Amino acid sequence: MISVQACLDGILLGILFALIAYGMALQWGVMNIINIAQGDLVILGGYIAYFMYLYGIHPAWGVIVSPIIMFFVGIAIYKLVINKVVDRDLFISILATFGISILFMQLMNFAFGADVVLANSDYGTTMLFNSNVVLPNSKIFSAFISILFAICLVIYMKKSKLGRAIRATAQNARAAKILGVDTEKVYAATFGINAALCGVAGALISITFTIHPYMGLPYTIRSFMIVIIAGLGNLPGVAMSGMGLGVFEEFADYILGTEFRIGSVFLLLVLILVYRRFKLSRKREYLK
Amino acid sequence: MNKNNILLYSGILIFGIAAPFLFPAFKVQLSILCVLIVLATTWNIQGGEMGYNSFGNILFYGLGMYLCASVQVGMFFPLAEWTESGGEKTFVHTPAQFFQGMAVGLIVAAVVPTIVAGLIGYSILGLRGHYFAICTLGLGVAAGEISGGIEIIGAGQGFTTPPFPDVGSLESRGEFFYFLSFFVLILTFIAVRGIYTTRFKLILNAIRDNEDKAEAMGIQTMKYKIVGWMISAFFCGLAGGIMGGLVGYIDSTDVAFDGREMGVFMVLMAILGGKGTLWGPIIGATVFHIFKEGFWTFFLGWQYVALGVLIVVIVIYFPEGIMGWLREKYPERFGEVVDEKDRKAQVELK
Repeated sequence: MISVQACLDGILLGILFALIAYGMALQWGVMNIINIAQGDLVILGGYIAYFMYLYGIHPAWGVIVSPIIMFFVGIAIYKLVINKVVDRDLFISILATFGISILFMQLMNFAFGADVVLANSDYGTTMLFNSNVVLPNSKIFSAFISILFAICLVIYMKKSKLGRAIRATAQNARAAKILGVDTEKVYAATFGINAALCGVAGALISITFTIHPYMGLPYTIRSFMIVIIAGLGNLPGVAMSGMGLGVFEEFADYILGTEFRIGSVFLLLVLILVYRRFKLSRKREYLK
Repeated sequence: MNKNNILLYSGILIFGIAAPFLFPAFKVQLSILCVLIVLATTWNIQGGEMGYNSFGNILFYGLGMYLCASVQVGMFFPLAEWTESGGEKTFVHTPAQFFQGMAVGLIVAAVVPTIVAGLIGYSILGLRGHYFAICTLGLGVAAGEISGGIEIIGAGQGFTTPPFPDVGSLESRGEFFYFLSFFVLILTFIAVRGIYTTRFKLILNAIRDNEDKAEAMGIQTMKYKIVGWMISAFFCGLAGGIMGGLVGYIDSTDVAFDGREMGVFMVLMAILGGKGTLWGPIIGATVFHIFKEGFWTFFLGWQYVALGVLIVVIVIYFPEGIMGWLREKYPERFGEVVDEKDRKAQVELK
């Protein structure tokens, strides 16, 4: 029964990871930037929902408010930093976003304090299998909302004008520019959408789990891992590997103990990269 | 080596030996500066010369730190009882034990990370570009998280390194650690300078510029990459061992595997000074350390905010570093022949 519990927990958690990873894949594909600050954007989104909770508004509304605020935060970051590194060496952009990550971490630490907090949603729990498996309703709610947002975004990317411009830029930025797409605007919008997705995920995380200013980096690493397992532009793959990662984490937590949870995530990243490297080197190729 | 160089080196050497007596209040800061220069210089071997930008050298630094302290304690006393709170009060090192332990500890702290680097090198160095960067970032954080869960080295509550024994005056602790780190700095400088005059450096540069072509020219790139990474690991471990004794307290994520501070510092210092030059990381580390110590107190509590802004500013506006800027300004000094007409044409173009 405990394994059923861990599986279900993992799947519900993994859907959230997949949402964050989708944002990561979007900006990676379009702008060729790996955003180390991704996780910190998530945590910032979570704090917005937490603050609504503190002022007596139900934190579930954070799902709507937080992406709107985060969209503008994302655009601000793009205008200030990212547009200066977007066409430079990848290492430069990694280092720059690492700087943003440290900055955000510390600013959040000042603004909200170093306590582990959670926004209580009062959703109760669902019992399954003779109450051997306990699922908080908030987790089910968050998985449902994530799927909803992901579907909306996919449709938006397929149908709308901006979505088509984003996809065109991802395929070939130069050709898109020639055909009259304002790539600068597209980049800004992409980064904003990514931040908004982080905002949604963060609000959901603050309802279902806990948030803490320094918890950002593991979310970045998780989303990076999901993207490299699934490959860029492979949406079902992102969802599947997100859930797989969630299940892995719940089992690692259960078997090794909570203190090794984050460590096991980072080790898994190293192992996956090394595995892919050996697999590719047989064909005399390499990850790049 | 020409006359100017001899003058410069002997000047630095004399200054280095005299420094703790000239500025007795800054002994600890000077020792930290030496360690920082060692870290930046050795990061530069594989970050700047080889083009493999690693966030993971902190792994060797932390490993060296833990190993040195563990050996120093474990040679004479039971380690598990030491790391339980208060162990350092029951067991006291005699001066002879302390120095013996430190010597053996530093050797272990240098050798084991080198072996570890050799072992993981084949798998990790097959990755390229940002995959390598993220993978090493993961390695560093994973090491921190895992070492924070191991009981025998203090787990979450930290590890107190053996306190300095009571020999001579109060000042002797600072002097000991200063001269130790200065010695390691000289050792590093001689080694790195020696490496940079050999064919090995040219091969590393070839790997940085175009690895596929280097391989096509018949260079076994993997072999050289691993050796470069091992040299880095050797000095990082040594620096970590000294730093552990200097700080006097080891915590898994805040001191040893501190990717947020030391791990970024070494990258930042090398970039600030200029990647891929001998003097760049040294100048970068000095400027960075002076800036950090000078201004950190002003920012009281806002250090990390300042650090984050600093990283972004350096990376965006000075990616070539101080040496790169000097090189652009005075190309003649770097042995580059500049055509006067060409320069004028460039100025007019701008």
